Amino acid sequence: MPQQTECPTCAEPLGPQDAFCGACGTALTGPPTLRDLPVVPSCPNCGSTELADGWCQRCGHAQPRERDHQEHEVTGVAAVSDRGLRHHRNEDAFGVAGAECPDGAPAVIAVVCDGVSSSARPDEASATAVTAATDSLVAALKAGRDPGQAMHEAIGAANRAVTALAHDGTPAEPGRHNNAPACTYVSAISAGGLVTIGWVGDTRAYWIPDDRESAEPYRLTEDDSWAARMVAAKLMDEAEAYADPRAHAITGWLGADAEDLDPHTVSFTPHVPGVLLICTDGLWNYAEAATDLAFFVRADARTEPLAAARALVTFAVERGGHDNITVAVLPIDPQVSPADHDDTLLDVPLPRAAADTDATVPLRRAEPAAN
Amino acid sequence: MASLSKPDAPRFDVDVFQNEYLAQGAREVNAIVTVTATGGGTSGGRPLGAAAPGPGTAVVLVIDCSGSMEHPNTKMRNAREATAAAIDTLPDGVAFAVVAGTNRAEDVFPGNGTLAVLDPYTRIHAKEALHRLKPSGGTSISTWIDRARKLFDAHPGTTIRHAVLLTDGRNEHETPADLQRALDAATGAFTADCRGVGTDWEVAELRRISSALLGTVDIVAEPSGLAEDFRAMMATAIGKQVADVALRVWTPANARVKFVKQAAPAVEDLTERRTEAGPRAGDYPTGSWGDESRDYHVCVEVPAAAVGNEMLAARISLVLPGPDGTTEVLGQGLVRAVWTDDLASSTRINPQVAHYTGQAELAESIRDGLEAHRAGDLDRATARLGAAVRLAHASGNEGTLKLLRKVVDVVDAREGTVRFRKNVSEADSMTLETRSTKTVRVKK
Repeated sequence: MPQQTECPTCAEPLGPQDAFCGACGTALTGPPTLRDLPVVPSCPNCGSTELADGWCQRCGHAQPRERDHQEHEVTGVAAVSDRGLRHHRNEDAFGVAGAECPDGAPAVIAVVCDGVSSSARPDEASATAVTAATDSLVAALKAGRDPGQAMHEAIGAANRAVTALAHDGTPAEPGRHNNAPACTYVSAISAGGLVTIGWVGDTRAYWIPDDRESAEPYRLTEDDSWAARMVAAKLMDEAEAYADPRAHAITGWLGADAEDLDPHTVSFTPHVPGVLLICTDGLWNYAEAATDLAFFVRADARTEPLAAARALVTFAVERGGHDNITVAVLPIDPQVSPADHDDTLLDVPLPRAAADTDATVPLRRAEPAAN
Repeated sequence: MASLSKPDAPRFDVDVFQNEYLAQGAREVNAIVTVTATGGGTSGGRPLGAAAPGPGTAVVLVIDCSGSMEHPNTKMRNAREATAAAIDTLPDGVAFAVVAGTNRAEDVFPGNGTLAVLDPYTRIHAKEALHRLKPSGGTSISTWIDRARKLFDAHPGTTIRHAVLLTDGRNEHETPADLQRALDAATGAFTADCRGVGTDWEVAELRRISSALLGTVDIVAEPSGLAEDFRAMMATAIGKQVADVALRVWTPANARVKFVKQAAPAVEDLTERRTEAGPRAGDYPTGSWGDESRDYHVCVEVPAAAVGNEMLAARISLVLPGPDGTTEVLGQGLVRAVWTDDLASSTRINPQVAHYTGQAELAESIRDGLEAHRAGDLDRATARLGAAVRLAHASGNEGTLKLLRKVVDVVDAREGTVRFRKNVSEADSMTLETRSTKTVRVKK
C-alpha cells in the first residue's frame, strides 16, 4: 500500500506509522470500515434503497427535498429554514448576502419570506420574493442608495415579482386555493452601524442584545394582522385580540391581490452588541414576546450566528414544529464605546415592572417611498 | 400531467384530479384520472394517407340469424342493410368477415374460415353474400364468440381486432357457463360492441359480454336505426390506433386498491380485472384507443402516516405490452396523499371525484330501481328512480334525465320526487337500463 500522507476522509496530515487517523478515526490499513463504504441513500421512513423521482418505491413516502432544511452562512449573517413537523413542504424561503457600498464599506442583508398557505403556489411566491428582494438590495446598496430607500425598492421589486407569478400562465388547479400567489416579507440591512428593517405581513424582526440584563430585547416590527389592527385601533385589548380565532389572519402581503401595499420600514443604530433576528411565525409562535424569545437565543449568538439559528429552529421543532420555521441571525457589533453616545430607548434598561415587555419601538420610521 | 409518445403512436396525456389532503388518521385516497389520447386516430391532425387505418385492423360482424329475426321481418332486412352500410364505411385494407349467428356460427363471408381483405372486388362479393343471412334456428352466443376469436386468430398480423354482435333475443340455447367459457377465451383476444335489436333480449346478458370484451352495449329498439348505428360503430373501430392498452396502478407497500372504475364515457368497474404486473403493481385492461378521452376513478387505501407526511398513494400509467414481452409506458400521472391538520384542506371535496361518485350512484340507482320494478316492489322502484332523477338533474346529465322521464313522471327533479308512469313501454324501460351507465363529464 502506498504511503498515505493525509487522511482520505478528513485530509488530516498523517505520520508514516499511523494506523488510524488521529482526527476522525478512519482506519488507514486493513479491511474497509463502514466509513469507507459508499453511502447508499435510503428512505427515512422504511429504509428501502429503492428510490425514484423523489419517492420511495416501496412505502411511497416522499423523500427529503432540498427546501426541507436549508442553511446558509456568509460573513455577517447566517440563516436556517426547516419544514417543521406538520407541513408537508417548506413554504418559507430566505436569502442572505454581503454587499458593498460605493465607499467600500461592507453591508449585510437578509431576507425572509413566508408563503401564504391559502394562496396558490406559496412556496414559489416566497422563493420568488426572496430572490427579487435580495438582488434588488445588493444592487441598490452597490449603487449607493440610502438603506431606507433600498429597502422600499426591494419590497417593491419583490411585490412585482410575486404579482407576476399570478400572470405567468400556470393553470389554476381546480378545487383548491386559487388566490394569487402571495407571501409575507421581512428583511434587514446592516450597514455602517445602521440597521434597517422592512416588512409586510407577520414575519418579524427582533433585537436581542448580548447583555439581556442591562438592555431590553425588542420586537422591531408590528404585524399586519387582524389582532394587531384590533389592538392598534383600540377595539380590543391584546389578550382579547390574540385569543380570537381571526388573530393571525394577515392584513398585508405581497402578491397580485395585495391591495394598497403598505411596506413598513424602521431604522436604528444599536449602541451595544447583540444580534438581529428576522423570522417567520413558525418560530415566534412559540415565543412571541421579545424577552421570551431572547431566552432561547444562545448567549454566543453574535459570534456563532449559524449555531444560534440552528438552535432556534430546533427549539421550534421541539415545541411541535406546527409551521415552517425560518430565522436569520445578524450579529451586530457597534464599533463605538458605550461612552461615546447618548443612550437611546434601545439601550436603556427599562424599569421592568412598568414597561410593556413587548413594546415596539418605531424609532425613525422611514417615510414611505413613492411608488 | 405527463406524456410520453412516439411520432407513430398516439400521445397519451394523463391528468390527475384529487384532493390530496387527508386528515390525521385518514387512509382513503380518491382520484379521477383523465386519459386523453391524441394524434393516433382519424382526427389527430395528421394527414391520413399511407398511415390511414386499414392494414392492422380486423372487423368481424356477427349477425343474429335466429328464427325470431323474422318477426317482424324488417329486423332481418334492416340487419342486412346495416351490414352493407358497415362494409361501405370500412376502408380498403381492413380484414373483414361476416358471421351468421344461430345455435351455431356460420361464416357468411368470406366463408373459408379466414378474413378477407377489403378492396373494391371483395367489397362487392361481401355485399352479395349478405343474402345468406337468413333467419332459422336458435341462439347460442358462445359459438358466435368462439367463431370470431378463431377468425381473428387466423390473422395474427392484425392489432386492432373488433367485433360487433347483433342479437334480438336471449342466449337461450346454452348455459351461462358455456357463454362464460367463450368469454374467458376471447378476453384480450378482441374487443366487441353488443347491440340488442327490439326488446326481447336481456340487458344484463349483453352487458356482461360487452364488459368482458371492453366494448359498448346499446339498444336499437327500431330496426330501421341499425344502419346508422353500424356506420358509427365502424367509424369508431377504424379510428382505433392502439390496442391492448392497460391502466397500470402502482401502490405503496401495505396499500390496497379499493376500486378502479372507468367513469366516463360510461361507468365500467375494472376492479376485478386486475392482473399483477410486478411488485405492488397491477394492470387493468382498457382495450383499444383512438382519439378519445376517458376518465377513471381510482380509490386506494394507504397506511396512515403522521401529519406533515407526503406519500405517493398511486402511480397511474398507461402501458402497452410489446411483442417481446416488454411494456412501453405511454403516459403517467401521480396520486398523492398529504396528511394535514388544516381542516379546510382535508375536508375540501374534489369536484371531479364528487361528480363521478354521483354518476356511479346514478347508474346504480337506475339498475336497482328497474330491478325492483321487475320484482313488483313499486315503492323501492319509485324511491330509487327518484334518487336517480335527483342525481341526473344535479349533475346535468340531461341524456339520462330524458330517458328517466319516459319511465317516471318527474314532480320535482331537484328533490327527486317522481311517480311511475302508467304503461311504460318496454323499449323505454330497456333503453334506460342499457344507457344508465353513460356519464357526463364535469361541467367546467
